[in-house]
Amino acid sequence: MRGARAARGLAAVLALLALLAARAPACAFEIVPVVSPGGIAAWLVEDRKNPIVTIEANFAGGARTDPPGKAGLAYLASGLLDEGAGEMDSAAFRRALEDDSISLSFRARLDGFSVSLATLTETSENAFRLLRLALAEPRFDAEPLARVRGQVLAGLRARREDPDRIAGRVWWKAAFPEHPYGRPRRGRPETLARIGPDDLRAFAARAFARDRMFVGVVGDIGPERLGRVLDETFGALPESAAAPEIADAAPALAGAVLAVRRPVPQSVAVFGHRGMKRDDPDWYAGQILFEILAGGFGSRLTREIREKRGLTYGVYAYPLPLDRAGLVLGGVSTVNARMAETVRLVRETWRDFGENGPTEREVRDAKDYIAGSYPLRFTDSAAIAGTLAAVQRAGLGIGYIDRRADLIEAVGMDDLRRAARRLFRADELTFAIVGEPEGVAATHPAPDPDS
Amino acid sequence: MNMRLPRLRLRRAAPVLPLLLALALALPAPAGAGVFDPARFTLDNGLEVVVVTDRRAPVVSHMLWYKVGAADEPPGKSGIAHFLEHLMFKGTDTLGPGEASRLIARIGGEEGAFTSHDYTAFHQTVAPDRLDTVMEIEADRMANLRLSPEEVAAERDVILEERRTRTDNSDAARLYEQVGAAMFLAYPYRVPVIGWASEIARLGLEDAMAFYRRWYGPDNAILVVAGDIGAGEALALARKHYGPVPRRGVAPRARVEEPPQIAPRRLSMESAQAGQARWSRRYLAPSHAWGRSELAYPLEALAEILGGGTTSRLYRALVVEGGIAVSAGCWYGPGRLGPTTFGFYGSPAEGRTVAEVEAAIDAEIARVLADGVAPAELDAAKTRLRRSAVFARDSVTAPARIVGAALASGRSLEELEAWPERIAAVTAADVAEAAREAFRLERSVTVALLPGAAP
Repeated sequence: MRGARAARGLAAVLALLALLAARAPACAFEIVPVVSPGGIAAWLVEDRKNPIVTIEANFAGGARTDPPGKAGLAYLASGLLDEGAGEMDSAAFRRALEDDSISLSFRARLDGFSVSLATLTETSENAFRLLRLALAEPRFDAEPLARVRGQVLAGLRARREDPDRIAGRVWWKAAFPEHPYGRPRRGRPETLARIGPDDLRAFAARAFARDRMFVGVVGDIGPERLGRVLDETFGALPESAAAPEIADAAPALAGAVLAVRRPVPQSVAVFGHRGMKRDDPDWYAGQILFEILAGGFGSRLTREIREKRGLTYGVYAYPLPLDRAGLVLGGVSTVNARMAETVRLVRETWRDFGENGPTEREVRDAKDYIAGSYPLRFTDSAAIAGTLAAVQRAGLGIGYIDRRADLIEAVGMDDLRRAARRLFRADELTFAIVGEPEGVAATHPAPDPDS
Repeated sequence: MNMRLPRLRLRRAAPVLPLLLALALALPAPAGAGVFDPARFTLDNGLEVVVVTDRRAPVVSHMLWYKVGAADEPPGKSGIAHFLEHLMFKGTDTLGPGEASRLIARIGGEEGAFTSHDYTAFHQTVAPDRLDTVMEIEADRMANLRLSPEEVAAERDVILEERRTRTDNSDAARLYEQVGAAMFLAYPYRVPVIGWASEIARLGLEDAMAFYRRWYGPDNAILVVAGDIGAGEALALARKHYGPVPRRGVAPRARVEEPPQIAPRRLSMESAQAGQARWSRRYLAPSHAWGRSELAYPLEALAEILGGGTTSRLYRALVVEGGIAVSAGCWYGPGRLGPTTFGFYGSPAEGRTVAEVEAAIDAEIARVLADGVAPAELDAAKTRLRRSAVFARDSVTAPARIVGAALASGRSLEELEAWPERIAAVTAADVAEAAREAFRLERSVTVALLPGAAP
């Protein structure tokens, strides 16, 4: 009885889906562009439900601007900005943050440096003051510098033999042997040893210029107060600063297999080739195609490698649009005896998808998923603030979040087939494999993951 | 701590483990108010229904929790709870393998599942007008799971790969699996949630179906709906979809007791893979549902004083002032049905040893046992816990996870809602007593992971 009822119900659900599928969900919140009296811009989502204010500030730059021989500078700075500023030494600064339950964190990415602040309304004035000090007057005192550098070095030692780290490092180093993108974001022991307080101060002076800053604010604050807060918090930063720029780059290898032997039962592979930057006209086609190829259960890679054959717990692939290089990256891990089969299946699935493109049904499903799931991300302040900053940085305009579903929907089958041929190049995939894979022949010597 | 084993989030979703761990320590609310103000119902077939309305975003989180986990597995069948969690995505009498996932994706939904020692949960996040669909799908697989031998065989290989990814490829993870087995002499938390490899390899379709028939039914489940929906509307949908599912007649879980522990245990492993030494100690401790559970609240406050952030006693003493360690802290997770642990950890600085880390942490433990805590530092810790509550509620999905995990681990909604008052009432004398109860070497395991040759 139960089964019969469910069958009727599910048939009704399917019918309903056909009717509702094309509905584009609207953005649930209003974004207000705010410009402070001093000319500092931010996007604001005012939300008074919880007494919390969240700020996300992104600065273009990040680890790619680390000077040669000083890889890890931005990463080390990210651990030191909340370790003393202005008149406050490390202990005083940490105490001020923790007594008021203020969450202040910094993250050095390859292409950018992000600052996240979350505070209760009742402690927000102190939080904004601490953020201002951290960016404009960081101290980089000897004790915290030695301590945090010791922590970074311990982290490097702890991760040194991690197969995932080695595979990633080998892939990036082989792809970008002479380019900053090929350097380790966390640095190496010898580069970290060269970084002193002067380097850190120079980093802070050039990294936090207002002309490369993008700010998103969410929560218990209105436009007027935010205007004042923006001036007080970011007004002391330089309007602009000379920053090293780097050249465009593409992976130096194509179609290679690199292998690093380590005594582990499961081999780990990272693979990839050239791809799109964020302003590529095929970007939205790419979003649909990657959803179909690697978007989860039922996607082509997961179906072929996990669901049908049980070869892996996870296989993934995604576009990585760096500022100076477009990339496609993926990964998979499987027991040593089956890595050769898995590599072959990745290549075959990739080739078939590139040559023949997606089916109409796959495209319909992917468009519906992308359009329907996007609003579900925005359920906490940090996610909303992060998106506000990222959308500004990508130059997408304030209506983008509402417009995104239409941009996805507008992509046609011809465009998808053409973009698939362009984006998925099975012969160019370079694999970096760590473990004791059987039957996998390396085509090139692997670079040293530790130099 | 490998307490929970989130399924790989193939569709994007936040990782479960850190969130739950953080929130288990800190989920209060403004003083005097309840934490989540949930509405609660019980259907005629025994299904508990809890609704937490939050109109902030047009999103609902739907979670179905079964009160069964890895600690309820039959002997020799380790991993079957987690294996069944995977197999629940393999279809029913009316939906083919993966078809439910396709339906959920087409409505823009995110889905996932996870298994712990104490519970197994399935969850979806959707727009409010799609709640009807996910309830239909979840209720269907509560009663009508259908498996094929081919699907089961392929999924068993997936789980063996999952085990390699999570555990077998990492010496540290292999060691901590052994630590779990050393921590509990008899209590089933000694068995890893994912299962021992040799036992996973022998699990089959009939094991999964037997476990399913034994445990999966409305009378052993908790439905939690949180987000942009009223209690009445959610209840009506729950009645419509889950109401017709017949009772399973699930007998209460019965677990073996942990015998008295009388000798401290020490584990040490050298590993060529471990580049950095790590030290830890775990003491057997009361949870919210096991042992002297009234001590859970002072232990939460104590964990904040000893290990909460960079101004905590341990971080100051070992990392900042002593220069002995690069990291040091503690953890305490009271949200378990059975015994839990209060743990300490530290990793030596360059040129220092785990013996020095152990001595320094022992000194801090001795200090608490001898002198207790100062009223001022207790007050500061309680204030931080209270404030962190407000942050915990800045989410649609977190309340569903917290409420479900608590109820599935033997707590009541009343206790959960009273958390702020219980924390506020903790005194320095309570903390001293809790420390004396928990920090007893004969009920501990001390662990060192050392760089060196392969074992």
